[in-house]
Amino acid sequence: MSDQLYQERIVALAKAKTRAGKLASPTKSVRRDNPLCGDRVIIDVTLDGQGRITEIAHQVRGCLLCQASTSALASVAVGRDATGIADLRHDAERALGRESGEAREPFAAFVPVRDYKSRQECVLLPFDALKDALS
Amino acid sequence: MSFDVTAVRRQFPILSEIIDGRPIHYLDNGASAQTPLAVIDAVRTYETTSRANVLRGVHRLAERATEAYENARSEVARFLGVQPMEIIFTGGCTAAINLVAYSYGQLLKPGDRILLSELEHHSNIVPWQLLRQRSGIELDTLPVTADGRIDLGALPQRLTNKTRLVSLTHVSNVTGALLDVRAVVEAARAVGAKVMLDGAQRAPHGPLDLPALGIDFYAFAGHKAYGPNGIGVLWGRPELLEAMPPFHGGGSMIGRVTFAESTWAPPPRRFEAGTPPIGPAIGLGAACRWMGALDWSAAHDHEMALVQRLMDGLQEIGGTRLLGPASLQNRYPVVSFMLDGVHPHDVAQTLDGFGVAVRAGHHCAQPLMDRFDLDGTTRASMVPYNDNDDIDALLAGVRHAARTLR
Repeated sequence: MSDQLYQERIVALAKAKTRAGKLASPTKSVRRDNPLCGDRVIIDVTLDGQGRITEIAHQVRGCLLCQASTSALASVAVGRDATGIADLRHDAERALGRESGEAREPFAAFVPVRDYKSRQECVLLPFDALKDALS
Repeated sequence: MSFDVTAVRRQFPILSEIIDGRPIHYLDNGASAQTPLAVIDAVRTYETTSRANVLRGVHRLAERATEAYENARSEVARFLGVQPMEIIFTGGCTAAINLVAYSYGQLLKPGDRILLSELEHHSNIVPWQLLRQRSGIELDTLPVTADGRIDLGALPQRLTNKTRLVSLTHVSNVTGALLDVRAVVEAARAVGAKVMLDGAQRAPHGPLDLPALGIDFYAFAGHKAYGPNGIGVLWGRPELLEAMPPFHGGGSMIGRVTFAESTWAPPPRRFEAGTPPIGPAIGLGAACRWMGALDWSAAHDHEMALVQRLMDGLQEIGGTRLLGPASLQNRYPVVSFMLDGVHPHDVAQTLDGFGVAVRAGHHCAQPLMDRFDLDGTTRASMVPYNDNDDIDALLAGVRHAARTLR
């Protein structure tokens, strides 16, 4: 039953829309589309001299999982550089069962997506976008 | 005349499958229809009694395989109202359109124009863009009306004396709109353009009379028309096929091969290089025979009653919007809708929990999504084996999504 997927925490993350919007003067703005389903994420970041995120904002035209994941990522991204964001992706991959180990918060919320392989790219799309923004 | 949907359903073994304790409500026929026993049996008979390559062998199995393959061509031809030698078996509808884009495209010159529409599936857009890159042709597009039909009022402006081909969807895979083929053919003929129809969504709804339509090429997919995967059909006017160079080179498509040069077999062989998808072609022949035996007048009424039930039910749920013609006239049983505040994929995932299979997303029609500024739609596509229970299960799922995901 899909209610097993759309658990309260995922719905809450999506509805929170943490740091949703645009930055006035981003260092970088990156758009990523999932060509299979049409989900679209735009992430704006400002970076300090060491490549650490000082500000982040996002616009999502996508499903609830993509909205929730982007919101979760934005909530913990500030202060991290590319390596730090890659660490967060490992958490998401662990939550999805693609890597062994336990996922840390906030990405543990995505454990229910383990059984829905066709939806896992929805969760990972903002990570791809942010990686592009930091490269 | 009443339509015995139970009798039709009995012919589709998969419809009695139970998943997680629930029956299947299969409303994703626009992506791939299910297969009746007649088709399964035809493929099984070939695989168990006649499996061999076609056209070359002299042994008994080869004779049986060749006869079954050519009989399938005849069945498809009968279904379309044309001659067997005008039927080319391809890998699918996409492959059929690519064949025309490549081979007919070879006959075009830089500056020649092809007219498409905003309603097209990517498979009737991208092959022409590839041709544009190869040979410098130009593409024009017809706009789409607010109710999801191709705006034929724009034909006079978009057709020019350089237009060589008009390639349009016969029935939209998103809105269900049926094309006014007569109007298109009349306008195209006036400027000397050929007409091709993408029949992927029309063929599953009964036999056709292509000569009466007056068109030049027709393409459809086997798997959407109750046949196996990996098979499709291109029909072309014989004089056009005769003038077209090959698409793929290899065995079967040649007259004579030397290192100096090769000559080509006449159509349809010229366009069936290598070993064809023999079993799938035989299965498609059986599917065409199966469709030919159905009372499509009653079946169409049944399908459209399902459309009405679905549209009425959706409109009773707050925040739903339909994309496509409001009327049942000149449309087929494809219904796209949006549930405000809930992404189509989340609607579809919720429906899966109710045993309901639908498609959600851009439906390989991104220009159409751009036209309406949509992320996507949720699409239910019906065929004769669908029933009221399928529609009611879908409506229950949409109500649940509206309650829990907004």
